[in-house]
Amino acid sequence: MTPGDSTILRFEDVSLHFDGTAALDHVSFQVSPGQTYVVLGAAGSGKTMLLKVAVGLVRPDSGRVWLFDQEITRLREQDLFDMRARVGILFQEGGLFDSLTVAENVAYPLTNQRVLQHAAAANSNGNGAARTVEERVRESLRFVELEQTLDKFPNELSGGMRRRVGIARAVVAEPALLLYDSPTAGLDPITANTIVALILKERDLRNTATIMVTHRYQDGHLMANFRYNPNSGQIERAGGGRDLSQVSTKFLVMNEGRLVFEGTEPELQGSQDSYVRKFLRAGGA
Amino acid sequence: MLGIRAFRNIFRGPHYPDDIFIQMDVIGVGSLFIVSLIGLFSGIVMALQMARALTQYGAQGQVGQIVSITLVRELGPVLTAVLVAGRNASGIASELGSMKVTEQIDAMRALGTDPIQKLVTPRLIALATVLPLLTIISDFIGLTGGYFIASTMLGLTFSEYWTSAWQILEYNDLAQGLLKPLVFAIIIALVGCFYGMRTTGGTQGVGRSTTRAVVTSSVWIFVLTAFITYVWNRIFVT
Ligand SMILES: Nc1ncnc2c1ncn2[C@@H]1O[C@H](COP(=O)(O)OP(=O)(O)OP(=O)(O)O)[C@@H](O)[C@H]1O
Ligand SMILES: [Mg+2]
Repeated sequence: MTPGDSTILRFEDVSLHFDGTAALDHVSFQVSPGQTYVVLGAAGSGKTMLLKVAVGLVRPDSGRVWLFDQEITRLREQDLFDMRARVGILFQEGGLFDSLTVAENVAYPLTNQRVLQHAAAANSNGNGAARTVEERVRESLRFVELEQTLDKFPNELSGGMRRRVGIARAVVAEPALLLYDSPTAGLDPITANTIVALILKERDLRNTATIMVTHRYQDGHLMANFRYNPNSGQIERAGGGRDLSQVSTKFLVMNEGRLVFEGTEPELQGSQDSYVRKFLRAGGA
Repeated sequence: MLGIRAFRNIFRGPHYPDDIFIQMDVIGVGSLFIVSLIGLFSGIVMALQMARALTQYGAQGQVGQIVSITLVRELGPVLTAVLVAGRNASGIASELGSMKVTEQIDAMRALGTDPIQKLVTPRLIALATVLPLLTIISDFIGLTGGYFIASTMLGLTFSEYWTSAWQILEYNDLAQGLLKPLVFAIIIALVGCFYGMRTTGGTQGVGRSTTRAVVTSSVWIFVLTAFITYVWNRIFVT
């Protein structure tokens, strides 16, 4: 764990308190390129705060956070904008802008980010750039199979569709890190599996480092054991010696702000920690 | 803190003129009718009250002056601001509050937009422009209401009423009558945005923020009008 190594995200002894109770309690871990992290934990265990601290939306009380090898704990908001441009986030409560259409929502990361504005300003051919934005929005919505909703408003869509629009917006700028906050919460099992399939597809097509927060152990199991096959266009069980998704998927279990477990799925299954065991039993694992 | 950042943003980019115009429309055009109506009746009520008192001293000719001074210095700005606080401090707090609890504000920050620049500053600019205008309209309609009473009940002519109403006003009355709505606009915008942006606790939290925004901004309007009048009198009327 030398700072010289290339990491996507690193937490070092991060704590965050709200009115005396710890939302994050001395949390340390690190995510390498191409890795998948599945964060499990009960309601209020600090999963959302973990993600928000990771991109500087919330500042920790103590500890340090590196995003793409740059320490962000003390960065100004203006400088954080550039860092966040390389991260895609699906928010637990959606975070879609009510006042914008689906297409405008998905285009937002492309049209708004300052990095891209600079690039567009440098590129004198403004017309060509505008067309690319529209193409990329369509492509991203096609990816989540919602191309027909371009001109709808978010509140005209179902919960599962909104989640998919959220994913389209998160992936449209081809980020190097994707954060999904409870992507399957409140959805029926079938829709939930479609959502996880999309997350797998994005991860395996572009080999994006992914952190998925969930309270369903099932989601983590899918992330660790299945992969998207670009040839068949299907999700299939990962197997064979060449397949690394098993080892590159790690689980974190949180309880009242503390990380009580970090490791692979077999290690999780074999964990003797009483909270982890209780959590797995309740999740039907 | 919010205030400092919102003001600083007025002078630096990026600007969102569309949002400013939308807010001016929502706040200005939306409040015009109710502000006019209340302005009209406050003028009428005041003229009625004054008519009785002034007739006792045979001074009914001065009704225009009294209505004019009270409206322009005090009642116009305060009533208009309290109405706009009721309509728009609540509207702003609930709109920003629901954006907060659905993580739209976080999403904005995550996607490189400063929510103060995008949400607070346009509302501040819109209110600071629109509230003085609404106040002027309200003052004028109030005076018209006063004229209606003065002419029907006291038999004053058009020019008797309006000349005395106009001549009594000094520049510093007008200045006071415009400074107040400007200050109140800032209070309404910042209080509404402040409670909206720090909403927590889901939809219930939005309700709480809305109520607090109206109560807090209304109280500040009354406190500040007293303060401004006091300071003003010390400076100009010694
Ligand atoms: N704005 C806030 N003010 C006060 N306390 C907060 C705030 N946000 C979060 N908390 C507290 O921080 C702790 C962690 O919250 P967090 O949202 O990270 O939980 P979570 O694991 O995401 O839960 P869920 O599965 O319900 O989404 C909780 O105890 C919560 O009450
Ligand atoms: Mg959460």
